[in-house]
Amino acid sequence: MRFLRIAWLVLRKDVAIELRSYEILSTTLFFAVACVAIFSFAFVREGQAPVDAAAGILWIAIAFSGTLALGRTFERERYGETLKALLLAPAPRPAIYLGKLLGIVALLFATEVIVVPMVAFLFSAPFFSRPGLLVALLGLGTIGYAAVGTLFAAMLVRARTRDVMLPILLYPITIPVIIAGVRGTSALLASPVDEPVAMLWIGLLSFFDVVFVTLSLWTFEPLMTE
Amino acid sequence: MLRRISLALVTFMLVGVTAFAQPPQGGSPDGFVPLSSLPPGEEMPAAPFVVGAYAFFLLLMLFYLWTIWNRLSKVERDLKEFERRHGGATR
Amino acid sequence: MVMRKLFVPMLVITAAMFAYSPIAIANAPYESTMRLVQKIFYYHFPAWMALTVSVTVCTVASAVYLFKGNARADRIAAAAAEITVIFGLFGLVSGSLWGRKAWGVWWQWDARLTMAFLLELIFFGYILVRNYGGPGAEKLAAAMGIFGGATAPFVYKSVDWWRTVHPKTSVMTTLGETSPQMWYVVWFCTFTILLFMGLLLAARIRLEEQRATLDRLYLEAED
Repeated sequence: MRFLRIAWLVLRKDVAIELRSYEILSTTLFFAVACVAIFSFAFVREGQAPVDAAAGILWIAIAFSGTLALGRTFERERYGETLKALLLAPAPRPAIYLGKLLGIVALLFATEVIVVPMVAFLFSAPFFSRPGLLVALLGLGTIGYAAVGTLFAAMLVRARTRDVMLPILLYPITIPVIIAGVRGTSALLASPVDEPVAMLWIGLLSFFDVVFVTLSLWTFEPLMTE
Repeated sequence: MLRRISLALVTFMLVGVTAFAQPPQGGSPDGFVPLSSLPPGEEMPAAPFVVGAYAFFLLLMLFYLWTIWNRLSKVERDLKEFERRHGGATR
Repeated sequence: MVMRKLFVPMLVITAAMFAYSPIAIANAPYESTMRLVQKIFYYHFPAWMALTVSVTVCTVASAVYLFKGNARADRIAAAAAEITVIFGLFGLVSGSLWGRKAWGVWWQWDARLTMAFLLELIFFGYILVRNYGGPGAEKLAAAMGIFGGATAPFVYKSVDWWRTVHPKTSVMTTLGETSPQMWYVVWFCTFTILLFMGLLLAARIRLEEQRATLDRLYLEAED
């Protein structure tokens, strides 16, 4: 119980800081929208984009803006040396990790609330024909991506080359999650909706989530020890 | 010592690949299909790919061995240099 | 130091096996549909087996380093990661050559190939992190090794889960029954390449140890 309470406190601290300025949320959101615009130029032919492209564009926007959010969140911690203080607190390290992870996930969910309808609108993509499946795909995909991202971004706080290293570490490992997200979402866009395929990818995503979250909780303690 | 052994290894591998580069002549009776009896469109284009794959293996491994020995001899040279300069007292 | 004593005899054995392997491959029967191009398999499969072993070594050594702080394990992990990249590169290139003939394309974005490509990327990233990560990069790399090892089973099983053009993993178990002669050659080559990989690993670890010795000496001299 104490474990969850500490995670909750860390999350509340992050949310409170963010709500004071909305700095990370607004920049992440802007970046995601810009991503969607840039990628749509690559696919639009004669005023119309292929419906399949919407899924890919959505996930690329989430992944790229996620990297930005991760970098900014931990940059803020580094500035005030607050991560060090947090780690010195007599609290289980995995709980701190969980709190940070929940903060990132909340941030990305907030971004998705805007970006998903926007992509649906711009590409006339029927994302919302199966809202349950869409929420499952987005939720599981975001958690898997953020689980690895939070761990690596936290480790990189100490590193000099953190800006370059985060994508190098994060993208290869999370591509399976992105693939599953893209494939699952494009199954939703097919007409009729390809439900078994979407379920297959949701299953794989949950599997990745379990593996990644477990590994992260397990390795956070030794990784953050100097 | 290591250099000589690596040289021997390289020679062995080179010999091995040249032996393979000669396509099998004739054939043993146990289910072995002689090359000449294959349909012409089938056997011609395949050979470059097979030879290419094995040649790539050889080249890649030679290159990698070379990089290892290169780096190793550099480090060992530095170690010798260090010992010479510090009179070998630290070791 | 057992490794150093065994190195030379093992090298001789491996070299002899390598020299014999082309003869064994040339004498193996032709596969009924793919004919000659199937012969790539005799190094393609062993290369991926060697990669499996080196990925396992890297993952286990990374975990040992992370949890026990054992510097030797870190050096082993670094060596294994580099060997993974080398064998992965050969596996991808040989597979691509084979695919060009068998499927008509150099590259196919199917499950197995995509995941194998990813694995190669992860371990290439490992090396990049190690070389350019600055102080503390060993821990970052260790995390990369552990997560990379977690992806490896997906690469292996991906062909069984998803419809793909790549042969399934059951190919190897049925081969023993359908064509024992091919099966023997495959395992002969696998054993040869695994031995070779072991030797590469030993040499690469030696390099890493010598570097560590040099670093230690420099540090001691500074004091």
